[in-house]
Amino acid sequence: MSAAIAPGATRAETNELSSGRFRGWLKDPWRKPRFLEAITWAYLAWSLVPVLIAIMISFNAGRSRSALQGLSFRWWWVDPTDSLWHDPDLHDAIFQTLRLSIATMLIAVPLGVLFAVGLDRWRGRVATGANFLMLLSFVMPEIIIGIAMFFVLTYLLKFVLLGTTAQLIGLITYQISYPVIIVRARLLSIGKEYEEAAMDLGASPTQAIRRVLLPLLYPAILVSFALVFADSIDDFVTVRYLSGPASSEPLAVKIYNSSRGSPTPAINAAVTLMLILTLTAITIGFLVYRKLTKGQRGTAIDFASQI
Amino acid sequence: MLRRSATRSASKSKRDSRSGKGGVWYPRWFWPSFAAPGFAWLGVFFVLPFYVVLSIAFGTVDPIFRSALPVYEPWYWTGVHFSDTFAKIFGANAFFQPAILRTLLYVVAASLLCLVIGYAVAYYVARYGGRRKALLLVLLISPFWISYLMRMLAWVNLLQDQGYVNDILRFLHLISAPVPWLEGKSITVILGLVYGYIPYMILPLYAFLDRIDQSLLEAGRDLGASPVQTFLRVTLPLSKPAILAGMVIVSLPMFGDYYTNNLLSNSPKTTMFGNIIDDAVGSTGRGPEAAVLVVILMVFLIVPMIYYMRSTARSVSAE
Repeated sequence: MSAAIAPGATRAETNELSSGRFRGWLKDPWRKPRFLEAITWAYLAWSLVPVLIAIMISFNAGRSRSALQGLSFRWWWVDPTDSLWHDPDLHDAIFQTLRLSIATMLIAVPLGVLFAVGLDRWRGRVATGANFLMLLSFVMPEIIIGIAMFFVLTYLLKFVLLGTTAQLIGLITYQISYPVIIVRARLLSIGKEYEEAAMDLGASPTQAIRRVLLPLLYPAILVSFALVFADSIDDFVTVRYLSGPASSEPLAVKIYNSSRGSPTPAINAAVTLMLILTLTAITIGFLVYRKLTKGQRGTAIDFASQI
Repeated sequence: MLRRSATRSASKSKRDSRSGKGGVWYPRWFWPSFAAPGFAWLGVFFVLPFYVVLSIAFGTVDPIFRSALPVYEPWYWTGVHFSDTFAKIFGANAFFQPAILRTLLYVVAASLLCLVIGYAVAYYVARYGGRRKALLLVLLISPFWISYLMRMLAWVNLLQDQGYVNDILRFLHLISAPVPWLEGKSITVILGLVYGYIPYMILPLYAFLDRIDQSLLEAGRDLGASPVQTFLRVTLPLSKPAILAGMVIVSLPMFGDYYTNNLLSNSPKTTMFGNIIDDAVGSTGRGPEAAVLVVILMVFLIVPMIYYMRSTARSVSAE
């Protein structure tokens, strides 16, 4: 056991037994398992290097989407017609993405937080039903949600035209369970003692929630904001079914529709921009999170594991 | 729990907000009112849509326009669309059948690959991460921050005829002419699915393996088991629930996945169930068929979905 923790000892043992590695590992599992280590690093390279190459290609000076022919910002903004910024389609799509993601975040998170607090305390058969629905929307494959939404808006609720409103409704429905689950997990770890203490000291139930429970929930709410925003940026399944005219398509849908046939690395610039938006949201989230949870250990890992 | 019994005993006294034993009385509507907006939202935009899907699937067709005519009264529902679609799955001219069998094959192969690779990685990080654990974890989580679309596009870049994968293979003299990886290759689609969903497998496995009590393993060793025996008879059986949960988490979206296939192959040779649904929704006059296929997919996935719901519910409530 101890050898796994003390790196010095492990390394010495490894050197001793460098021959017959696998048999050596069988004899002494506590030494560093080279085989598993190799798999892990190979997996990480496999999972991340292609993305790095895709980012690199967005700075390609040439038209190729598979090989780098020099570096430039041509496909970001330099090219006057085909670059991400100057291609009118892509340009509009950037703003549609931002509009949808921000609106989804601002509606889905408050709805979800209230829902979580309610579900956590409300007992009875109806509450069980509400909880069931919430979980069902969480595990349902996205294609099913997207198509069901498409059908209800084209056959029954026809007054909602396909386009921004429809996309927004679809995104909120798909995202609402994330804040609920994050906040409920936090509620579970907070317990009810703080609220009870506040009420023993004379606070009304509403005051206890607003002035004691809500501040305790800030970190979870923040993580929800970052997660819902980042997830909405990337969403193309639900949104694609609910897009009206091409002008209402956000970046992710545009990219999906043209990914195979796209002639230029502008598409790489577009996905890289989406990544930058996501990382910005997560970084802001993390900085505020760290401020909120000052003095607690392991904040970075806590934050990362919730996201 | 204490709160619950206190609430019940105090619920008779009307305005009194304190019951003697430290419990607090809330009005009956207090907690439901928090859940009401979200609940109502899901009612209108989650339950109602499924009712419409059922109404279209069990509905009829407009005699003039040949478009779907939903029937909202269950007592008028007909099974016409179901028998049409079942004929395409099981009948003599069953051209959906290959796609369905292929979907099963792809999903099973991809999930198992996810499990094997994911278990090795999660096990290594949980047990031997040491001082680099934080870094490794961030690297394991980072695919979640990169959109699925971008991760697939990255492979579209790499797998082109003049892409780096073909370059490397040619440099190593493993192939003489570029392989058209993106033209209907099963292996590309399966590996694409693995690539897309494996992060969802690794994290729950990691979280579980990290929590295993080391003393259990030491006990196994002390009682004379070899390391392999300890792994096979202690660690592996212990992690069975996590394995099952991971398999469910990755296979659910794979069954509905059409985009991986469209991006990496876009060929009828690799059509999956998700593609059939997506194509049906996109073409006029096939609305009822799409609705029927969605119902079939939901019925097929109901057991894994409930399993996943239960394991999620356990993580967010103490009961």
